[in-house]
Amino acid sequence: MKKLLAAFVGSMALATAPLAMSAEATKELKVAYDSDPVTLDIHEQLSGGILQLSHMTFDPLVRWTKDLGFEPRLAESWERVDENTMRFTLRKGVKFHSGNELTTADVQFTFDRLKQSQDFKAIFKPFSGIKVIDDYTFELMTSEPYPLLLNTATYIFPLDSQFYSGETEDGKDKGAILKHGNSFASENLSGTGPFTVADRRQGVRVEFERFEDYWDTESPGNVGKIVLTPIKENATRVSALLSGGVDFIAPVPPNDLDRIKRDRNSELVTMSGTRIILFHMNQERVEAFKNPKVRQAIAYAINQEGIAAKIMKGFATPAAQMSPAGYQGHNENLKPRFDVAKAKQLMKEAGYEDGFTITMMAPNNRYVNDDKIAQAAAAMLARINIKVDLKTLPKAQYWPEYDNRAADMMLIGWHADTEDSANFFEFLTFCPEADSGAGQYNAGNYCNPEIDALVQKANVETDLDKRAAMLQEVEQRLYDDAAFVPLHWQDLAWAAKKGVSIAPVLNVMNFPYLGDLVVE
Amino acid sequence: MLAFLVQRISQALLVMFVISVIAFAIQDGLGDPLQEMVGMSVSEEEREAIREELGLNDPFLVQYFRFAGKAIQGDLGNSYFYSKPALEVIAEHLPATLELVIGASLIIIFLSVPIGVYSAIRPQAWLSKFFMGVSTVGISIPVFLTAIVLIQLFSIGVTVNWFPSDTGWGQWLNELLTTEGGLPSYGRGDDLVHLFGTWESGLFTREGLAHLLLPCISLASIMLPLFIRLIRAEMMEVLQSDYIRFARAKGLSAGRINFLHALKNTMLPVITVGGVQIGIMVAYTILTETVFQWPGLGLMFLEAITRSDIPLIVAYLMVVGLIFVITNTLVDLIYGLVNPTVKLAGKKA
Repeated sequence: MKKLLAAFVGSMALATAPLAMSAEATKELKVAYDSDPVTLDIHEQLSGGILQLSHMTFDPLVRWTKDLGFEPRLAESWERVDENTMRFTLRKGVKFHSGNELTTADVQFTFDRLKQSQDFKAIFKPFSGIKVIDDYTFELMTSEPYPLLLNTATYIFPLDSQFYSGETEDGKDKGAILKHGNSFASENLSGTGPFTVADRRQGVRVEFERFEDYWDTESPGNVGKIVLTPIKENATRVSALLSGGVDFIAPVPPNDLDRIKRDRNSELVTMSGTRIILFHMNQERVEAFKNPKVRQAIAYAINQEGIAAKIMKGFATPAAQMSPAGYQGHNENLKPRFDVAKAKQLMKEAGYEDGFTITMMAPNNRYVNDDKIAQAAAAMLARINIKVDLKTLPKAQYWPEYDNRAADMMLIGWHADTEDSANFFEFLTFCPEADSGAGQYNAGNYCNPEIDALVQKANVETDLDKRAAMLQEVEQRLYDDAAFVPLHWQDLAWAAKKGVSIAPVLNVMNFPYLGDLVVE
Repeated sequence: MLAFLVQRISQALLVMFVISVIAFAIQDGLGDPLQEMVGMSVSEEEREAIREELGLNDPFLVQYFRFAGKAIQGDLGNSYFYSKPALEVIAEHLPATLELVIGASLIIIFLSVPIGVYSAIRPQAWLSKFFMGVSTVGISIPVFLTAIVLIQLFSIGVTVNWFPSDTGWGQWLNELLTTEGGLPSYGRGDDLVHLFGTWESGLFTREGLAHLLLPCISLASIMLPLFIRLIRAEMMEVLQSDYIRFARAKGLSAGRINFLHALKNTMLPVITVGGVQIGIMVAYTILTETVFQWPGLGLMFLEAITRSDIPLIVAYLMVVGLIFVITNTLVDLIYGLVNPTVKLAGKKA
């Protein structure tokens, strides 16, 4: 009996020994997001889903830290050569999934391809070119001094140039970016990232496996396999987590925050986000909106704190400007203004005491509680005698209406791709100009060339303190002018099973660094 | 028989044509498919170029004839989201839905017939009254509510401590109402068996069946009460008829009377209604699949609408139209088998 027991214990020890050795990356993680990446070609579309995929299967030159600083990834170091040039040194010995080694040729290939991409070319417009010095050194050049060079470098995920070059069996270019229809790159992938794509069925599931030759051996990440299931329906996603069907979900809908907090087996992580929700007041459609007093009256009539507390259930940060805290343009002095008496006073001064009627449009499935926010705003405006005719639409129908500026007040949410204030202004408050694309989403037709010039000046200012002061002034002037009605920044929420320490790998951009995730 | 089929096929073609025109005509109202395909910051110029490439700028008739020309050759266009032929996408999603419908139908058949027959034969028994009561409630609860309750009870599980647990009966009641949870709440699971073509089945593994359970019950919950009541009502009427009385008088056994003579005639209207209900089932699978993230046709269609994936929407509507025509044809044929006195169209009397 003793012998048997000893043999048993011995065999157990033997059996567990190899396990302990390979425990580095053996954990399986089941993830449910509200969508899955639409393609494997990370240059085909600029969207949250694609950036999440990029951070799992590729690595950027540099990446954002939690406090919006930069940390080196594939670029080991960088230095300014002159006003318009930044020199990067690549990490040595980094392998692609295909086995090829990363060199500057791959960076050049990627840079050229980004310049071709319909979705990314706008971000890379300030760059005039790339100069390869040797296998591990290259320079990025801009036509003018560009303060956001590193911000943009977070979008450079080097592609395997050998893998994506040449022709497929049926004679198509492997490097082609195709918006619709299949391309080689939309179905095959070779990056340097922590995970490879093992299996993918669009809209149903994607399986990732840990890349054995991953360069970052210091990463604490121990997840060997990830199964991503897109679950659009909020209630289903939450019950998948609560029932133990998945280990990690995002986003968590505001209505279920309490339920997850109460659950003993789950952990909730929330963060104040960077996506601003705001209303535009169309000055071309409504004469009264040309009067700054009327715009201010509206700004005073709308209760941001109330919307954030009641409709968003505290799951939003009330805003008085576009730049969230942490952005260079964030102006500490600006606080949400809500004062109905003052609003009425301003309406009276402007000669609109008896009010007027306007139309309003908002999407009903794009932002968190978007239709309810619009209803609340309409009710608030009624108190200063502005009667609102509200229409809410699904996003597929809303955006064409938005492009046509089809209502007097329209709701929009915006997240700056560059994580920088200037991006907000360029798209949302610049004088609309079809040729340059400035003010593309400025449905208020607000136009102040002085402010635009100030932003342009900030865009070539590489002294970041000076630049911050300029952008903060812009926020102040837009606030004084009541150029738009800011509402709030949408908060972010993720939830995971206990033992999955998601907090360290999450960030405000909402691309979790799953390669570094530790699972107990 | 042949004439009947020819007539049905020409009907099918007409249905397809009408559906395709309607689906095409409403596509402007579905929104701009580009919103899903490009990022927000892409310029209007770039968008215009893609629209041109996709042929979205052509006049309605040009677009329709281009579509119709290809459709005749069996090509219903490429889905924007899946980047492959719409029919292929549908073929991939069809098995999941079929298995869901089969599962639900089995539950309905195996429960509704015995329960319906029993409560018709013994209308005064307390069990019959219980079934009738439950089915009234069942009819009035929307399918997504049933689904959410099922998930809460059997996937997540509930712990009940409403009753004093220091007493024997309290503890017993608490335990009675507490559920374990643990059943899968979404999807079809990992353990699918590849049958043929695009058919990956969950019918042959434990895990696959576990995933099927809750969605099938939810879907069945809508139809089951309806069928129980229908079978009961029909059966009661049949039991009153002369030939049953005559059979009784002749001394035939109760089992033979009830299950052979009476049930056969009861099933005729039930089959007709069943055929119509299959159409409604399609609508309810959309709801069920959404709640359970079931990767079938219903969920695919709903998402295609939110993405304004026009080719996929049109293809889906046409395939569903075809399924309707086929099921109705089958129902008519089965009807003829059950009751040979029924004449199919075109068949000489």
